[in-house]
Amino acid sequence: MNNVTAYDRVKAARANTRPLGSDYITGILSNFIEMHGDRAYSDDAAIVAGIGLMGRRPVTVIAIEKGRNAKERTQRNFGAPHPEGYRKALRLMKQAEKFNRPVICFVDTSGAFCGFGAEERGQGSAIAQNLFEMSGLRVPIITILVGEGGSGGALGLAVADRVWMLENAIYSVISPEGCASILWKDASRANQAAQSLKLTAQDALHLGVIERILPEHCLGKPSFFAAVRAEIENELLQLDQLSVEELLQQRYERFRKMGTYDE
Amino acid sequence: MAFIQFKHKPKNELEYGGRQAALQGDENEPTEMCPNCHKEVPISYLSANAHVCPCGYHFRISGRRRLRLVVDGGSFEELDQNVVARDALKFPGYEKKLAVARDVSDEPEAVICGKAFIDGNECYLFIMESAFMMASMGSAVGEKITRLFEYALRDGLPVVGFTVSGGARMQEGIISLMQMAKTSAAIRRHSDAGLLYCAVLTDPTTGGVTASFAMEGDVILAEPGALIGFAGPRVIEQTTRKRLPKGFQRAEFLLEHGFVDAIVERSKMRSTVAQILEIHTNARGGEAHE
Repeated sequence: MNNVTAYDRVKAARANTRPLGSDYITGILSNFIEMHGDRAYSDDAAIVAGIGLMGRRPVTVIAIEKGRNAKERTQRNFGAPHPEGYRKALRLMKQAEKFNRPVICFVDTSGAFCGFGAEERGQGSAIAQNLFEMSGLRVPIITILVGEGGSGGALGLAVADRVWMLENAIYSVISPEGCASILWKDASRANQAAQSLKLTAQDALHLGVIERILPEHCLGKPSFFAAVRAEIENELLQLDQLSVEELLQQRYERFRKMGTYDE
Repeated sequence: MAFIQFKHKPKNELEYGGRQAALQGDENEPTEMCPNCHKEVPISYLSANAHVCPCGYHFRISGRRRLRLVVDGGSFEELDQNVVARDALKFPGYEKKLAVARDVSDEPEAVICGKAFIDGNECYLFIMESAFMMASMGSAVGEKITRLFEYALRDGLPVVGFTVSGGARMQEGIISLMQMAKTSAAIRRHSDAGLLYCAVLTDPTTGGVTASFAMEGDVILAEPGALIGFAGPRVIEQTTRKRLPKGFQRAEFLLEHGFVDAIVERSKMRSTVAQILEIHTNARGGEAHE
């Protein structure tokens, strides 16, 4: 375990053998009904979202979906959402708030899409709106990074009361390749950049960015999903104890304390 | 009272306001080349005209200069100047970059925060400094901006913020990303109290700053020609392998697509911001908003 480098984790996080966002939905929920569209422009297939039951508890679930095969990956834009994806997610979060059910997000993205249409339709604005709205959403939010947690594109679904990562998931402000090409004009030094960026689950836990690392024992098997579901259910029981004001206060403090600076 | 001025493009040299006369200075006078019209513009002309070229191009200016252009003389009370970056991750080359940035910008960090009056309107104000690592957002920047909104919430005052940024500061890793959430949460609280936040986007505003506090203003203004986007144009060209059209991600493009309220020339920025502050002071039937 200790010989695993940061870049090994990056490769593991990107491996196409990992369960996809939709696998978590089917593995954890029953009676799932997918909800499409942002009610403004279109439906972004890079984000799968809807409602379902976790045991007897209704939940809203939002998952970034990379796609299983070449055709699906193209259709889902390799899990790189457009602004309408973030807006669909926000629409469903507000719906969850109205019906007082928790929101569970599964994040697996190299990042929000960088393209003409994404800029034209306000990628920055869409993510900003999610950060703004999620910080005041009056129902519990749990986000699990299950593969790649790529920068703002991941954070747009991760302003949550609890943020967990799978053992081999990564969470980074920039891809190690992008970082290496900016720093050293050499993307092949991604290995070194991955080390410096402190992007592994262990790093995130040490830095206080996440609360928990979920083991990948039997990854993708029914027992794995059962374990993840049990963790979520237990945590929701804890969060049920809080008043809305306490929940929001704790969520505020969760992010408020993040930062290391000199004074 | 004038309406907010949208960008007005001069149609001829007369409308430029005596461009020939302005450009015929002392031959020995230092000049600066305008990246837009490629003419040499005397520094004295720029100094007297808020660093706007006769052709309308808005030169990038330092945070301090912007401060002088915007606030009432002597009214600025700087806050949290001692909050500065720390190389918590021992990131390669970061200490050195910080030292250079401090030297080049003559600022301790990439944002200047404080309390000020703008045409008599009291507000909290932040101005980002591009000469400091392209005003990237690390923990110190996030902390200073978060505190500013907390002070403003405590005092029931509006916030005016001038953004310029290359995005999150990657040398601080994931913690820099978290500053986006931290600042957004503070803005949300300030907003929930019914208080105004006016963001002014200047050239260039990109990345994590665009995807957080730059786009969270109740009112979002932009300077003419400012580059504003999530991904930088180079990244988009690399990703899509397509050439981007002229004017893409410029303030005018964002206005057209509905992401900024108005484009305001630098010479009218102070009066426009003051007007917006004033309108919000007199909410609820003329009673001061307490």
